Amino acid sequence: MAGQTLRLATGSLLKKYVSLPSLGLNTSIIRHCSIAQTIKVRDDIRKKRSEAVLGGGKKRIEAQHKKGKLTARERIELLCDPGSFTEFDMFAEHTCTDFGMENQKYPGDSVVTGHGLIHGRLVYLFSQDFTVFGGSLSSVHAKKICKVMDQAMLVGAPVIGLNDSGGARIQEGVESLAGYADIFQRNVMASGVVPQISMIMGPCAGGAVYSPALTDFTFMIQDTSYLFITGPDVVKAVTNEDVTQEELGGARTHTTLSGVAHKAFNNDIHGLLNLRTFMNYLPQSNQDQAPIRQCDDPWDRDVPGLDTVVPLESTAAYNMLDVVHGVVDEGDFFEIMPNYAKNIIVGFARMNGRTVGIVGNQPKSAAGCLDINSSVKGARFVRFCDAFNIPLVTFVDVPGFLPGTAQEYGGIIRHGAKLLYAFAEATVPKITVITRKAYGGAYDVMSSKHLRGDMNYTWPTAEVAVMGAKGAVSILYRGQSDVAKYEKEYIDKFGNPFPAAVRGFVDDIIEPHTTRRRICQDLDKLATKKLTNPWKKHANIPL
Amino acid sequence: MAFTALTKDFSRLLRASLLAYHKNGRRALTLSASRRCAIYTTDPIDANEPTFDKILIANRGEIACRVIKTARKMGIKTVAIHSDVDSNAPHVKLADEAVCVGTAQARDSYLRMDRILDAIKTTGSQAVHPGYGFLSENADFVQKLEDIGVSFIGPNAKAITGMGDKLESKRLAMAAGVNTIPGFDGIVKDAEDCVRISNDIGYPVMIKASAGGGGKGMRIAWNDDEAREGFKLSTQEAASSFGDDRILVEKFVDNPRHIEIQVLGDKFGNAIYLNERECSIQRRNQKVIEEAPSVFLDEATRKAMGEQAVALAKQIGYSSAGTVEFLVDSKKNFYFLEMNTRLQVEHPITECITGVDLVHQMIRVAKGHSLKISQKDVPIRGWAIESRVYAEDPFKNFGLPSIGRLSKYQEPLHLPKVRCDSGIEEGSEISIYYDPMICKLVCYGDNREEALERSIKALDAYVIRGVTHNIPLLRDILTEARFVSGNISTNYLPEVYPDGFKGKQLTSKEKAELTAVLASVYVKDALRSRNFMNAERIKVNSRIPSSWSLVVQVAGEDVPCEIKVEDGAFKVTVEDRVVAVDSAFDLASPLIEANIDGEQETIQLIKLGSGGEIRIRYKGTAFQTTVVTDTAHRYLSYMPEKPKVDQSKVVLSPMPGLVKSIACAPGDMVGEGQEVCVIEAMKMQNSLVAAATGKVKAIHVKEGETVEEEQVLVELE
Repeated sequence: MAGQTLRLATGSLLKKYVSLPSLGLNTSIIRHCSIAQTIKVRDDIRKKRSEAVLGGGKKRIEAQHKKGKLTARERIELLCDPGSFTEFDMFAEHTCTDFGMENQKYPGDSVVTGHGLIHGRLVYLFSQDFTVFGGSLSSVHAKKICKVMDQAMLVGAPVIGLNDSGGARIQEGVESLAGYADIFQRNVMASGVVPQISMIMGPCAGGAVYSPALTDFTFMIQDTSYLFITGPDVVKAVTNEDVTQEELGGARTHTTLSGVAHKAFNNDIHGLLNLRTFMNYLPQSNQDQAPIRQCDDPWDRDVPGLDTVVPLESTAAYNMLDVVHGVVDEGDFFEIMPNYAKNIIVGFARMNGRTVGIVGNQPKSAAGCLDINSSVKGARFVRFCDAFNIPLVTFVDVPGFLPGTAQEYGGIIRHGAKLLYAFAEATVPKITVITRKAYGGAYDVMSSKHLRGDMNYTWPTAEVAVMGAKGAVSILYRGQSDVAKYEKEYIDKFGNPFPAAVRGFVDDIIEPHTTRRRICQDLDKLATKKLTNPWKKHANIPL
Repeated sequence: MAFTALTKDFSRLLRASLLAYHKNGRRALTLSASRRCAIYTTDPIDANEPTFDKILIANRGEIACRVIKTARKMGIKTVAIHSDVDSNAPHVKLADEAVCVGTAQARDSYLRMDRILDAIKTTGSQAVHPGYGFLSENADFVQKLEDIGVSFIGPNAKAITGMGDKLESKRLAMAAGVNTIPGFDGIVKDAEDCVRISNDIGYPVMIKASAGGGGKGMRIAWNDDEAREGFKLSTQEAASSFGDDRILVEKFVDNPRHIEIQVLGDKFGNAIYLNERECSIQRRNQKVIEEAPSVFLDEATRKAMGEQAVALAKQIGYSSAGTVEFLVDSKKNFYFLEMNTRLQVEHPITECITGVDLVHQMIRVAKGHSLKISQKDVPIRGWAIESRVYAEDPFKNFGLPSIGRLSKYQEPLHLPKVRCDSGIEEGSEISIYYDPMICKLVCYGDNREEALERSIKALDAYVIRGVTHNIPLLRDILTEARFVSGNISTNYLPEVYPDGFKGKQLTSKEKAELTAVLASVYVKDALRSRNFMNAERIKVNSRIPSSWSLVVQVAGEDVPCEIKVEDGAFKVTVEDRVVAVDSAFDLASPLIEANIDGEQETIQLIKLGSGGEIRIRYKGTAFQTTVVTDTAHRYLSYMPEKPKVDQSKVVLSPMPGLVKSIACAPGDMVGEGQEVCVIEAMKMQNSLVAAATGKVKAIHVKEGETVEEEQVLVELE
C-alpha cells in the first residue's frame, strides 16, 4: 500500500519537472539530475525490497509450496504477532565472485533475520530461505544470523532459528565454514543466557547440524525436515548401508531413536503455532524470573482423582501423566521428548500461572527405571530449567537404575551421574513428591532432600528403601529358607514412607488430593529463594 | 449496568458453588441425599418400625450405593463386598464395613457364594440385598441363605425359579390369565432345529437364552441363515453369561414398545402395581432411555396391564419388588415378555413419579412387614426420565464399551430435580471386568416437557473426562422430533439413525453459535497469553489487536469469522450473523456458562490445546476443532495431507476386550465380510469381519489375550 502511494507521488513529480522548460538550462539540468537521482534511489530501494520479499522468485516459491513447505517469510508471519516483525539486512548481498556467482544476487541473500513479538514479548529470529541458493550458508548469511544473536544477547531476548538450508555455500569455500563457526561460537556464548530454539523445517546437514545441537531445544517437522552429518549417498559409499533420508535423519528418527530432536510436528503451521505456545512458558533471559501468566485455575483446587491413581498392587503400572495433568494448571503440559526415553517424563507446565519444569518417572514404561537415555534426557532438561530460573517439580516412582551389560557397557555410571549432577547443581526451587517407589541410588538422584531439595513430600503409598523386598532379603538372609516371612518383615519395615519421614528426609506425608495446593503454596514461598553455588570458571559435568 | 453487575455476581456465585461442590465430593453426596428425601413422600421411613440391624449388599457399583443410602436412612448398618480392584470403590467407602471376596473377575468375587456366605457369617449380617445382576436371581443362593437363617431381600426361591426360566414363566403367566406371545414351547436342540422351529412360527423370530435377561444372549432372525447364526451366538453368550445354554424361540412382535409394570408384593399375599415404565429406546435389546409414565398408555390399558401383573405376582406368591415386562403393539395389545424378580436398573423413575422408596419397601417386606400402601395410594406425580450414561462409544453400533480412568468427573447435581445414581467418582477406573455404566441420570418434572428440558440441561452440564461416553447420543435422542412427540418403539434407534449415530448435526444457527464460542475461547486465550503478572520489563511496542480475522474449522467446514471485544462481550461476525458471547467465562472451568445472544448455554471446554486446537462439547457432541488466523488458514492449503493407513487391510479391535476365538490363520484366504475373530467385552460377543478379500498376512493376537481399542488384530496382505 505504502509503496504504491510512494510510486504514484514520485511519478507525478518527475513529469512536473520534465515539463518545465522555462527554467535556466544549467540549473535545470543539475537540479533535474539530483532530483532524478533521489527518485531513482527511492525506486531502487522499493525495487530491492520487493525483490527481497520474493526471495528466489515465484517459481522457487511454488516449488517450496509443492514440497508442503512455507517460505521463510510466511513462516515468520505465522510465528510472530501480526505486523510485529522488523527485518534487518534486507539489502545484504553475498560477496562471492567465483563460479559466476557475481551475476546471481538476491537482496537479503538466503536468510531473513530480524526481531518480532510472540504474545507481546520480544524474540530475535532468523529464517533460512530455501528458495535462494537452497538456503545455503554464505558468509553474509552467517553475518546476518550473528547480528541478531548479538542483539538478542545485548538486550536479553530469546533467539529462534527456523532452519531450511542445503548446507554450506560451496562456491564460497572456507568463508562459509568460517560463518558456521561464528554462529557456533555465538550459540555457545548465548547458551544459558537467552533461550535458543531451533526448528528444523527442511534439510539441515553436515556441519550445519551443530548449531541446532548447541541450542536449548530442537523441533522438527514430520516428513519435510532432515538432520544428519552425512546424507544417504555418503553413508552408502562409506559403510555400504542402504538408508533413506527419512530413516537416517527424519523427525521420527530423531524424536524416538537418537534423542537429537525434542519434538516433532505435523507440518509447518502446526509447528510454528506450537512454537508460539512453547515460547509462552519461557523467560526472556537468565536475568528474568520464570514467567507468571494470568491463571484461572484455583491454586488450592483439590484433585480427588489423585487419591486413586496409584494402583493398590504395588507392582502394577500407572500413568504418571495422570498425576501431572491432575496437578498442573488446567492439565496443560507441554511435554518435551514425549517419544524418547519414555521412562522419564519432562516438560513445562504452570502452577498458579508460574512456569515450572516437571520431571517424573513413568511407571508405564520400563517400570520407570533410570537408564542411560532417560538420565541424559532428564539431566539436560533440569539444567535448562536451572539456567533460566524455572522451578523444578519432580514426581518420583523409581525402582532403580536399569541393570545389564548393555547399560554398563554403555556407561550408565557416567550418564546416570549427569542427572545426579544436574539436580545437585540446581539452585532453583526444587519440590519433590514421591508417589510410590524410591529405591536405591535412584532415590538419591531424583531431587532428594540430600541434593538440596527444598520441599520433599511422599504420598501414603510411598516406599523409600535401598531396594525391593525380594532383593534385600536375598542378601540379608542369604541361604535362609523362610524367604516369605523375611520379605514380609522387610515390607512391614520399609514398604512405607515412615523410615524416610522420621529422619526428616521427607518433610511431610501428604494426601494425594492436596498435592496441587501444597506445591502452589511452596512455589510462592520459594519465589524469594536465594542460593548460589561457589564461584567457578565452569563446573565439570561428567559428559 | 445494574443488570450486568447482577448477572456477574450471580455467575460468580454459581461458580463458587460449583467450586465448593468440586472441592467437597462428600458434601455433594449429602446434598443429593437430602434432595432425594423430597422424592420419597409415599410411605416414608418410619423410624419406630422394627427392622434389621445389619444387612450385606451382595453387589457393587451404583446399585450397592443406592441400597446402602436407604439402609442408612433406616438406621441399618451396612456391609459391602468387593473384589480386590474395587477396594477403593465408592460403595466400599459408603458402607460401614467391607469384605473383600476375591479377584477382579466376577466369577472369582461377586459370584462366589461361598465367600459371600462367609462374609455374611463373619459380619453377622441378618439379611442380604442382592441388587441386580450377579446373584440377584439365583434361587440356589436364596436357598443357601434360608438354610443359615439369613433373610434374602427379594422374592422367595420358588418365584425366582419359576420366573427365571422363560418356558416355565410363560406357563405360569398363562395360568394367571396374562396375555402371552405365540412361540415354541420347548428347548431348541441345535441350529437346524432352530431353523425348523423358526419356519413353523414364521419369521421374524426371537432366539433367546432360556436363563437370559438384560438382552444378553438374544438375537432376532429374519431368515434361515440368521437363525443358524443367532442360535450359535446366543448359545455361546448364554453359556458364558449364565452358565446355561438352553435356547428358545418365539414370534418376534414387530415394531413393538417395551413397557413394563413395577409390582410390589408382601408375604401376606398383598400385591400392588406402581404403574409403568416405557423402556422402548434400546440398542441391541439393552435399554438406553426410560421414562415413566408412558406417553402411549391410556388409563384403561394401564389398569389392565397392572392388574394382570398383580395377578401373576399373586399367583406365584411374589413378596418383593419385581417387574413384569410386556411388549405392546401399535393397537395397544400387550404380551407378557418376562418377569424380572429383582430391583430393576431403571427403578428410580418409578420412585420419582410414585414417591415410593422401593429399596425401603423391599427391606420392610423382607423383614416381614405388610404393605402399608394400597393401590389407590399410588400416584402418578409428574414425569421422570432416566438416561443411562455409559462408558461406551455411541458412534460405533450405538455403543461399544470403552474403558479408562475418569480423570475428571462432575455430576450435574447443582441443577434442580436431578438425581444421579452412580457408583463411581473422579479417579475411578472403568474396567473390562464390569458393566460400563457410569451413572443413571434421572430428571423429573411436573410434565414430560419439564423432565426433558431438565435432562438436556443436566446432560450439558455433566462433566466426564477420560472415557468415551454416550452423552452425545442421549442428548440427541432427547431433542429428536420423533422422541419428543412420543412416537417410539424398540426399533427407534435403527429407524431414526439408519446409518448409525453420527453425532449432533448442526443447523446453520448452531454452527454460527459454536463458531462464535470457539472464536471467543481463542481470543480469550490469546489475550491471557500476553498477560504476565511479573513482567518487569517493558513490552516492546506491543499493542493488543482490536479485532481478529479467524477461520474456525468445525464439523468438516471452514467457517471464517471476525471477532472484536466490545463492552465485556465478544462480538463475532459469522457470515451475516453477529453473535455476542459474554466474555465472563473461565478457561480453567470445564463448563463454560456462556451467554450467547442473551441465551444461557452450557458448553464444555474439553481441551484447549496448543496451535489453536480446541476440543469442545456442544449440545452433547464433542467437536474436535481448530481455530486459526485467516493468514494461517490461507497457508493451510499448502500443507500436504498425511497418508492414512488403509483400514481395509487390517482388522482393528473396535473396543477393549478379550479375544474369544480366532477363525483364521496366516496364509488363509478370507472373503469380504468373513468372520476372522470374536472379541468379548462386557459379556457381549462381537464378531469381527474382514473388510476386504485377501490373504491373511499376520495375526497379532492369541485367544484369551486382552486387547485395547484400535489394536491391530489381523493384517491382510
